[in-house]
Amino acid sequence: MSETATPVTGGRKSRKELSRAVIRFAGDSGDGMQLTGEQFTTESAWAGNDLATLPNFPAEIRAPAGTLFGVSSFQLQFGSQRVYTPGDRLDCLVAMNPAALKVHLSDLKPGGLLIVNTAAYEKRNLDKAGYAQNPLDDPALAERYRLHKVDMSGLTHEAIKDLPLNTKEKDRTKNFFALGLVSWIYTRPLEPTLDWIGKKFAKNPQFAEANTRVLKAGHAFGETAEFFEESYGIAPAEMAPGLYRAMTGNRALAWGLLAAAQRSQLTVVYGAYPITPASSVLEELAMHKRFRIRTIQAEDEIAAVTAAIGASFGGAIGVTCSSGPGIALKGEGIGLAVTAELPLVILNIQRAGPSTGMPTKTEQADLMQALYGRNSESPIVVLAPATPGDCFYVAYEAVRIALKYMVPVMVLSDGFLANGSEPWLIPDPATLPPIDVTFRTEKEGFFPYLRDPATLARPWVRPGTPGLEHRIGGIEKQDVTGNISYDPENHDHMVRTRAEKVRRVAQEIPPTSINGPATGDVLVVGWGGTYGAITAAVERAQADGKSVASIHLRHLNPLPPDLGHLLREYRKVLVPEINSGQLVRVLRAEYLVDAVGFNRVRGLPLASEDIYDAVIQLGSQK
Amino acid sequence: MSPTGAGAAATPKYTKKDFESDQDVRWCPGCGDYAILSAIQKSMPDLGIPKENIVFISGIGCSSRFPYYMNTYGFHTIHGRAPALATGLKVARPDLKIFVVTGDGDGLSIGGNHMLHVLRRNVDVTVLLFNNRIYGLTKGQYSPTSELGKVTKSTPLGSADRPVNPLAFALGCGATFVGRTVDRNIPHMDEMLKRAAAHRGTAFLEILQNCNVYNDLAWNVLYDKESKVLHELRLEHGKPLLFGPPDARQAVIMQGVTPKVVDAKGVAESALWIHDEKNVNAAKLLADLFAPDFPVPIGVLEDIAAPIYENVLIDQEQHALSDRGPGDIAKLLTSGDTWKISSEGG
Ligand code: SF4
Repeated sequence: MSETATPVTGGRKSRKELSRAVIRFAGDSGDGMQLTGEQFTTESAWAGNDLATLPNFPAEIRAPAGTLFGVSSFQLQFGSQRVYTPGDRLDCLVAMNPAALKVHLSDLKPGGLLIVNTAAYEKRNLDKAGYAQNPLDDPALAERYRLHKVDMSGLTHEAIKDLPLNTKEKDRTKNFFALGLVSWIYTRPLEPTLDWIGKKFAKNPQFAEANTRVLKAGHAFGETAEFFEESYGIAPAEMAPGLYRAMTGNRALAWGLLAAAQRSQLTVVYGAYPITPASSVLEELAMHKRFRIRTIQAEDEIAAVTAAIGASFGGAIGVTCSSGPGIALKGEGIGLAVTAELPLVILNIQRAGPSTGMPTKTEQADLMQALYGRNSESPIVVLAPATPGDCFYVAYEAVRIALKYMVPVMVLSDGFLANGSEPWLIPDPATLPPIDVTFRTEKEGFFPYLRDPATLARPWVRPGTPGLEHRIGGIEKQDVTGNISYDPENHDHMVRTRAEKVRRVAQEIPPTSINGPATGDVLVVGWGGTYGAITAAVERAQADGKSVASIHLRHLNPLPPDLGHLLREYRKVLVPEINSGQLVRVLRAEYLVDAVGFNRVRGLPLASEDIYDAVIQLGSQK
Repeated sequence: MSPTGAGAAATPKYTKKDFESDQDVRWCPGCGDYAILSAIQKSMPDLGIPKENIVFISGIGCSSRFPYYMNTYGFHTIHGRAPALATGLKVARPDLKIFVVTGDGDGLSIGGNHMLHVLRRNVDVTVLLFNNRIYGLTKGQYSPTSELGKVTKSTPLGSADRPVNPLAFALGCGATFVGRTVDRNIPHMDEMLKRAAAHRGTAFLEILQNCNVYNDLAWNVLYDKESKVLHELRLEHGKPLLFGPPDARQAVIMQGVTPKVVDAKGVAESALWIHDEKNVNAAKLLADLFAPDFPVPIGVLEDIAAPIYENVLIDQEQHALSDRGPGDIAKLLTSGDTWKISSEGG
């Protein structure tokens, strides 16, 4: 963190310029920390900073108040330079109750800003958090951190004591006190939050008034309270010019599908069964009835995928979505789409497993499942987005490839991308690659398994087309005619043909872009949601003068045609993943390179610091 | 939207032959499926639907080979999933006439969940469930409709699980059309196929089918001439529940809340049970009647109207479209909170 102190002219407090900051709001699930974090994010976006967010909420829907497992938090990093991750260590922690302090304190940097709501540090809450004594009374806390004890509840009630709201309603606004205060500390504009309050409570002026007052009270408290001796400014980041919005991964997936539907002039039929953390894609799509989208909340995961396949058979874009356990259930259905050679898009929002695992925590351990997790030889195309906003492009690309090659395409997103958000440069949809679909209508010479010479795709025929009535199914077929066949030579040929069709998708992959030198000591190869952490680590190593580069794979099957060559241009290859080493195995098997894994499977994004250390260590080896 | 596609006026005059595919039929000689196939092919021209708008969807099992033999669009899918696949197809293409062909194992065991949901949603598809009370394709294990104690290869000492009653199941799921027919009663099967296909919403037709290889004469109660006369109860809307030989007619009447068989002669006209296809409660009682204590009802147990799943979805879509016009992705992307970053950076 680079700092330059400049006294604010005319004020008695000074303002320090920072290049970046990492802050986390933590409290009880009922404390409104997600909303607080989201609003702070919007304010920071307005301020022109680049940023990345990490919401983290308990698995329980209504976790008991005050408990450790009921703690909900929202972290973001914002800066005047490119921000790749929500940050590893915290510059500022807001702990609204003792449980939040207990869970999160260890992530706060020594000397970091610690703001607590003293009102919540009473016996009951201390007991629930397992504190025998009030940690705020321990002098060591104030020595180690810049501790600010604020009676947020009391000050909140004071600010709105004349409003005709009950105690509970008043208490519920205290998160806006915290927001106002932290907004002052980091000189965030309040306008977006005031706007939000106005819209949200348009029909309830009393709540609007209460939240506005409390927000401003928090802000004023920072300005006037004795112990906040300084505030921080973070200059706008150098970002590509254009119109931006905040984008989460799941919304981006949904909108990418809508964009693909509009471009192809086909309808997306989306079959899904609710599952964390994928459900919000279904919910987002269900809102957009004016677009070419029909959603089916299916009775189970199997029905969700088979309904999508039925829709594809009918000439629509069949899409299904789930998380790992649901994808396991869809395996047989995906195999049907492989052999029926129908387009199908499968979105997998990975979460920590096995089995139910930790549904609200992230992981990227479904790569092998995506590549091989079906019976027999069932190759499919596998893509992975790198950032929340990238989910838009990857969903669009998945549809484009599925339709062009008549293949299933799986998209591997994850819980971190799904809920995380970033400032997203809004694209002009007209600049997206075209999706051209031609349904076969010509009777002459028709067979269901005729093949396009370039893509090996079979013709797509909409039922309802006269003269092209035909039958397909899961039984092995003779190539071209599509008739049932148990002929050994034909089966071998069909196995190879289905694989070759997927392999040919490689012709769609642009040259791999390398972040760093084209040859050198260490190449870091990543995929999916670890992009930010890897990039930040690699750029730090580069700034230290190390010979390090990184590449991030969007195409996991087939792999980019230039990858094998690139891997040999570096002395060492490091593959960081939130699994026990999946891509690294694929690379070793595929290219016979001595790639090394860096693996942490904690249900959390990889820490950039840890990747940095691994890079340095590997680079120093002979 | 009714599945007539190009419109009845333009529908060519078909014959049964137009619906026969070029594939060799591969059921065991003597299998009841042959008669059903022939009846269905024969019923097709009467639908008045261009054949390119007809789709047969099946799962896995002997019955599920069906689509290959129909010269229409067809999809032989995976075990038990035909109703789900048909639901997706119907949502994408409400203009198509869709038949789901399934069996007792496919439709009520591995696919029981999908059957439940297609029925309760009332998707506009015609479900034909061939019930032979056995697993034929896997060579003779007991099925979910096999009687308790059924001795098969997988149950050498007899099966321990009680059977499911397909009609009662369908009614319990909220089906809007439930009927039963028999593979060896061609005229009745013709009539039932027509009725089922004409229904709007999910039609569930159980076809009692003989697997002469693994469970021969499972439905002998309706095959054997004498037994048939004694036990077959033809359900006809508005007609009393009478059965048995002409000289010894019997009636099914209600005694309290329980059906009872009595000598027809002694029953006052006002005490007769008049079959009413619109009466769901009566249908539920009828579904449970079976030999030897009761006659075996065949015909339409229930035929009612209810909202159709895909129509509701499309109505919502139409409303949204007429309110605010078609969506535009460029507008969506720039909707809500956005901010501009100028070329100077910041
Ligand atoms: S096994 Fe039974 S049901 Fe299957 S084809 Fe043979 S006779 Fe028919």
